[in-house]
Parts: sequence; C-alpha cells; structure tokens
Amino acid sequence: MIAGFEYFAPKTVAEALSLLSKYKEGAKIIAGGQSMLVVMKQRLLTPEYLIDIKGITDLDYIKYDEKQGLKIGALTIHRAIEQSSVIQEHFGVLSEMEGNLATIQTRNWGTIGGNLCHSDPAGDPAPVFIALMAKLKLASPGKERIIEAEEFSKDYLETDLKPNEMLTEIQVPNPPPHTGTAYEKLMVMKGDMGVVGAAVSITLKTGNGVCENARIALANCSSVPLRAKKAEKVLTGKTINNDLLTKAGEVAATEVDPPDDVHGSAKYRREMAKVFVKRVAKIALERAKAA
Amino acid sequence: MKGEMKELKLTVNGRPYELKVKPETLLVDLLRQELKLTGTKVGCLDSACGACTVNIDGKAVRSCSVLALQANGHEVTTIEGVADSDKLHPIQQAMIDHGAIECGFCTPGMVMSAKALLAENPNPTREAVKEAIQGNLCADEGYVKYIEAIEIAAREMRGGQ
Repeated sequence: MIAGFEYFAPKTVAEALSLLSKYKEGAKIIAGGQSMLVVMKQRLLTPEYLIDIKGITDLDYIKYDEKQGLKIGALTIHRAIEQSSVIQEHFGVLSEMEGNLATIQTRNWGTIGGNLCHSDPAGDPAPVFIALMAKLKLASPGKERIIEAEEFSKDYLETDLKPNEMLTEIQVPNPPPHTGTAYEKLMVMKGDMGVVGAAVSITLKTGNGVCENARIALANCSSVPLRAKKAEKVLTGKTINNDLLTKAGEVAATEVDPPDDVHGSAKYRREMAKVFVKRVAKIALERAKAA
Repeated sequence: MKGEMKELKLTVNGRPYELKVKPETLLVDLLRQELKLTGTKVGCLDSACGACTVNIDGKAVRSCSVLALQANGHEVTTIEGVADSDKLHPIQQAMIDHGAIECGFCTPGMVMSAKALLAENPNPTREAVKEAIQGNLCADEGYVKYIEAIEIAAREMRGGQ
C-alpha cells in the first residue's frame, strides 16, 4: 500500500536538519502523519527518505509571556492546544478552532506544525493564525528565519519551505487592546473539513469604537488560505454596523476563487463565504467590544 | 537503505516487544498481522471510520494512521488488553448489558475511545461522551445505546456515584 522508504527518527532539530540537507528533495518530513499518511497510502507521495520528527520532544511546548505573547512548538499536538488553559484564557479562538478540527483521535496524534506544513487550503489553523498576525519560525542548518503566517502557503499543498528547512515554532503576538477574534466553518458533521471557513479579527479604537484594524482570512476559498483584503478595507476606519458587515461579506465573496468539488460548488462556496464573513465578523466585533 | 527492517521496541497490552519491521508498516498491520491481535478492526484504512482505534499512552489514536515505528517507546493498548483476564471491563460489560452491541464491528474502537475518555474524565457530560466517539462510525446507527452504555460504565467505575 505505502511505497517503501528509508526511515530516520532524529531526536534533535539539528539532527533532522542535517538529514534534510543530506537527502534534500528525496526526503520528506513526517510529524503526526494524520494528513500525510493518507496521501502516502494513495501513492500521491512516495518519498525515498522519511524523516520522522514526531519524537523530537524539544518542539513540543506551549509558552506564554505577557510581553512576548504565545509560542507554540511545531510538534505540539492539536489536543494540547485545545486543552491548554493559557491558550483558553488568552487566545480562546485557537482552542475553539482546535475543538472542531477533525476527531479526538486525530487531535491526539496530529501536530500543529504538520497541519500547517501540509498546506491544505481547507485547514483550520492557518486562517486563524493569519487573523492573529502570527509568525512562523523556519530553521535550516545554522540559520533561522521568521516569516508572516500568511506568507507560508504558496499553492495547494505547497509551502515557502526550502528543501533544507523545517518549521519549528509558531509565534502569536498578544493582540492590541479591544481586539476580538473568531473562527467558524461550515461543517456537515462536527470535525469535518470546512466547506468554507472564516477567521476574523477586529480591533476597535479606545473610546469611540471605530474599527482600527480588521483582518479576514478564509479557508477552502482558494488554493491557499486567503486573506480578504478588500473586505478588511470595508470595515477599517468605520463604525461597524450590520449593513457594513453585510457589505464586507459581499466584498469577500468577490475576492475568493473557491474549488468546485463534491463538497460544494464554487458558486455555493462563494455564497457561503459571504455568509460566514458576516457571521464571524459579527462575533469578532462583539468580542472586541467586550474585550 | 530502502526496504531495510528497523528495530521497534514497544509495549502492547503490558507486554514488552522487540521487533523488526518494514518502515512502511502501519501500526494496525503490526497489531493484526504480526502480533495476531485481530480484535482491532480495519474499516476504511483511510482515517475516517475509527474502527482501528487503540490507545497510545492512554490516548485514543487511529492505528491505521500511525506508522508502527512511530509507536517506538510507547505503550499501546488494544481491545485484547482491556478486560481483566476473564472479567470484562465495565465499559464492555455495560455495552453488553445495555444492548449497545449490534454487529459488533465498530465495538472495539468504541471501547477504546470510551476508555481513553473515562481515564481523562471520569464524570463526562453527555456532550463529552458524544465528542469522544464522534470519530467512531457505527454502520448500524447504534449511537444512542453506546452513549448510554458509556454513561452507565462511568457511573459504575465511579463506584455508583
């Protein structure tokens, strides 16, 4: 079923990077493998060398600091993010998102870094991290670079990672005061991949309640997690009311280029993008007012 | 070298094993074909049905979606390791007594998901029970009986409280 490969289980990041540098394009990293083993079974992916990093315990952490914000090691499992009290307190949207990501079995073994590196535009974490202005730390031998979360996915299942690089950490800054963030997706059953999903973050100015900053990122609406920048502009600088939320949804629907498949036609997804941007922005706005 | 067998040390149902496996072997195939623990079922082999659910270090995981080598150094529990010799586990007993078992194919996976739930949360809400078996499909649609049986078992395990 799965094509044969040579297997390595490095215990440190340095060891993993040295294997990557040695085998380059022939090598593929596996973390929890919850998405990757599916494509390996289908033989859409047949690596010569498999570098199993699941055992690198140094990359399994959740750290929070009032100044620096949140840092999540790439090999943290989804279930740990969902259940983390510090995440529930300071970044509730991440825990909510994880609670609807696949099933408990998948969340018990799958990792946050593996999910991002799979770069499926239907994935839930990427749009939420983009809305939260997160950054990703990518390591290569003797070097590190930090990029914006929205720069990471380049195309369907393709990322900005160079053959000798691996994702090691997700950094989420503390949101400014009066910020609310929300994520919802259209599911047939709880835990399904979203037919579409929308993450919205809204920051209000102190005092007058005018929207200072809005970020909207959509799942399954393009070949990458899509930032709806025109829809953001509809909200930024305005006092948000219901009409404006409707307008933001309508504008977002013009920005998407959704897939057309068995789960939903492109036309239906465009309509749902409109509905979900409005719905989720409304929740984000209420949270910003309460924050 | 490609095709080279790799060493694997793990514990299955309390028993330590030292084995050599092909790297592409899935955990479910190791359990069923090498160790002959066929209580763990294969439904879809595509991470959709949950019939192959086992516990790794006490957590519910799909054994069709883990390489056998990824279980290196871990403790795996399968349905064969749940009963205390001839005495069924309270989850198994409750499922029988309450008529939760129909064709039985999904039952081992259901038991393993329920066992992981009750280890973490001895007094789960109905929502938590539903969520715990959300990834276990029952072709007979026998979900309500399963949910009730898990609640009965939870009460029994708490000493009737």
